[in-house]
Amino acid sequence: MTKYLLRRLLGAVPLVLGIATIVFFAVNLAPGDPTLYFLSPGMTQEVVEQTRINFGLDQPVHVRYARWLGAMLTGDFGYSFSHSRPVLDVLADFLPNTLLLSACALGVAFFFGILVGTYQAVRQYSLSDSAFSVVLLFFYSMPSFWLALMLILTLSLFARNVWEWPIWFPASGMTSTEYDFLSFGGQVRDRIAHLVLPTLSLALVLTAGIARYMRGSMLEVIRQDYVRTARAKGLSERVVVFKHALRNALLPIITLVGLYIPVLFGGTVFIETIFAWPGMGRTIVEAINTRDYPLVMAGSFFFASMVVAANLIADVLYAVVDPRIRYE
Amino acid sequence: MTQHEAAGAAKSAAKSAAKSAASSAATAAANSAAPSAAQSAARSAANSAAQSTEVEPLLAVRDLRAWFLTDQGVAKAVDGISFAVREGETLGIVGESGCGKTVTSLAILGLLPNPPARLMDGSSVSFRGQELVGAEEKRLRALRGNEISMIFQEPMSSLNPVFTVGDQIAETLRLHRRMDRKAAHGEAVRLLDEVGIPEPGRRVDEYPHQLSGGMRQRVMIAMAIACAPKLLIADEPTTALDVTIQAQILELLAELRRAHGMAVMLITHDLGVVAEVCDRVIVMYAGQIVESGTVEDIFVRPAHPYTRGLLASLPSVGTPGRRLASIPGTVPSPLHWPEGCRFRARCPSAGEGCERAQELVALGDGRAARCWRVGT
Repeated sequence: MTKYLLRRLLGAVPLVLGIATIVFFAVNLAPGDPTLYFLSPGMTQEVVEQTRINFGLDQPVHVRYARWLGAMLTGDFGYSFSHSRPVLDVLADFLPNTLLLSACALGVAFFFGILVGTYQAVRQYSLSDSAFSVVLLFFYSMPSFWLALMLILTLSLFARNVWEWPIWFPASGMTSTEYDFLSFGGQVRDRIAHLVLPTLSLALVLTAGIARYMRGSMLEVIRQDYVRTARAKGLSERVVVFKHALRNALLPIITLVGLYIPVLFGGTVFIETIFAWPGMGRTIVEAINTRDYPLVMAGSFFFASMVVAANLIADVLYAVVDPRIRYE
Repeated sequence: MTQHEAAGAAKSAAKSAAKSAASSAATAAANSAAPSAAQSAARSAANSAAQSTEVEPLLAVRDLRAWFLTDQGVAKAVDGISFAVREGETLGIVGESGCGKTVTSLAILGLLPNPPARLMDGSSVSFRGQELVGAEEKRLRALRGNEISMIFQEPMSSLNPVFTVGDQIAETLRLHRRMDRKAAHGEAVRLLDEVGIPEPGRRVDEYPHQLSGGMRQRVMIAMAIACAPKLLIADEPTTALDVTIQAQILELLAELRRAHGMAVMLITHDLGVVAEVCDRVIVMYAGQIVESGTVEDIFVRPAHPYTRGLLASLPSVGTPGRRLASIPGTVPSPLHWPEGCRFRARCPSAGEGCERAQELVALGDGRAARCWRVGT
């Protein structure tokens, strides 16, 4: 297993380098010139040229590629044009927020997806099975940014102003303005409250997908001979389903971890923008708009690397859940 | 229950009582004093009431009807069967695929999925005097794997691939015997040894995919006997195995039956298996019992044309080169059992009188056959 992991990690190196190359050329060969964004009235041509030289943009593209790659390998991702500080500092500020949001969404999606899918399979063709199917299909079909707006409308705006519910959720930012004056418990509650709507917006679509897979997988497993064996042992239905069937039904679901993480990162671009969440998704969008090449490249590179890592984790999880899979 | 069946059951019960009495007394004396069959039958009728508590069978199935209510109609998979399993005996249930053998065994354990399956009113399964049809799920669970256990046809798919065989055996012990993890693990090793698995200490921590089919069936058996059940239902336990392994597994089952004094209900379509290990045999066809009797009765004096057909389709070593006989046609669909005698369309001796629905006709000594011709 350790050997396998090492080999997979080594194999990931050319993959990540390939990603870096594609990211670099996609950004640098795109039309447009970053210096145009720094122009202000009254700037002389001389100053513009000097700016180009300062950013290294006067060099031909292959030279810039070699320089960028060389610097990146030493951990230097360059200097953000728009934030006016090293790219890594920018990432250090925003990446953890995105990871927090993504992890929450992934956790919620898998927990409820597996639960709902299992419930549906056990109650196949019942009214609740059909009802869940309709609701899930709805969430599966709706774009996450629309869901986000609906959630803001209902759980934030209407809940607070129209229905006057005791609980409503903030629709913007990670913390309230009075965050610094709250007690520790209050701060935790405040952060959780701010997490709810963006997490739901990201998670609902994924939950629907996972539940649909899980229902199918569970239906398949529940007909297996070993489930009948488990019943013939005298085990209660709860143990039969949640111990004997569930672990087998989870196998195909693990694939979804690798498949859904790119979907999730894609989703953060919209969701972070809508909820003013200070994360990488929103930062990359802004960086693209301001032609902040180093930041766009570094952000894309990190997202891509995390997708590679997620797939590696999924493969390792396979071996953990299924003893028949042994990596040599 | 029909009158014939009732008479047959009473007689067979009396016969077994007479047998056990004979074995405890001087056998020779009992033999010399053995009354004629007619006298025996008359006496058994008189004695049966007095003996009924004493010789109450381990398992009594009466008028069991397991129907599947499907979109296509009602499939009468098991349609009114009655039989008994006595303590320590091996009862064979024989028949082609689709005749209701497996449904019968699942119905006994209450493991038929409902819906679509339903046990119809009047169905009764009584285990040690306890009615199981309509019993609480909790009570059934306490019996399953504990007093009645079951092994299945497919050892390749009957074990859970993600748990070690030791865990799967220990699970039963922890559930019914309330053993702790360590004791259950130790007992699992002992059980693996008992069912003839070499290096049980190592095998216990292996996963099913690391074992061969025969080994897995041994694991299934170890799991089934873990709590020393009174009744073991073996549903085609050797069908999926190599011939050489088949004999070993049958031998093992017979050995364990003797050692633990449990009754075995052996479901099979293989008459050779029946001849080897069974005391009594039930032949099923189209959801009904068509013949029942001792192994000798069935093999030497088969009464029902279907039983004769099954026996004729056995290859015989004595007459090589003979074209193998077969019963023409296939088992009809349980959605539409034929009117009258259900075997009529495939029966070589079908004729007038077969258009009536057939009753089980008692033939004495616990033998019975569902054919009007046997009585005449």
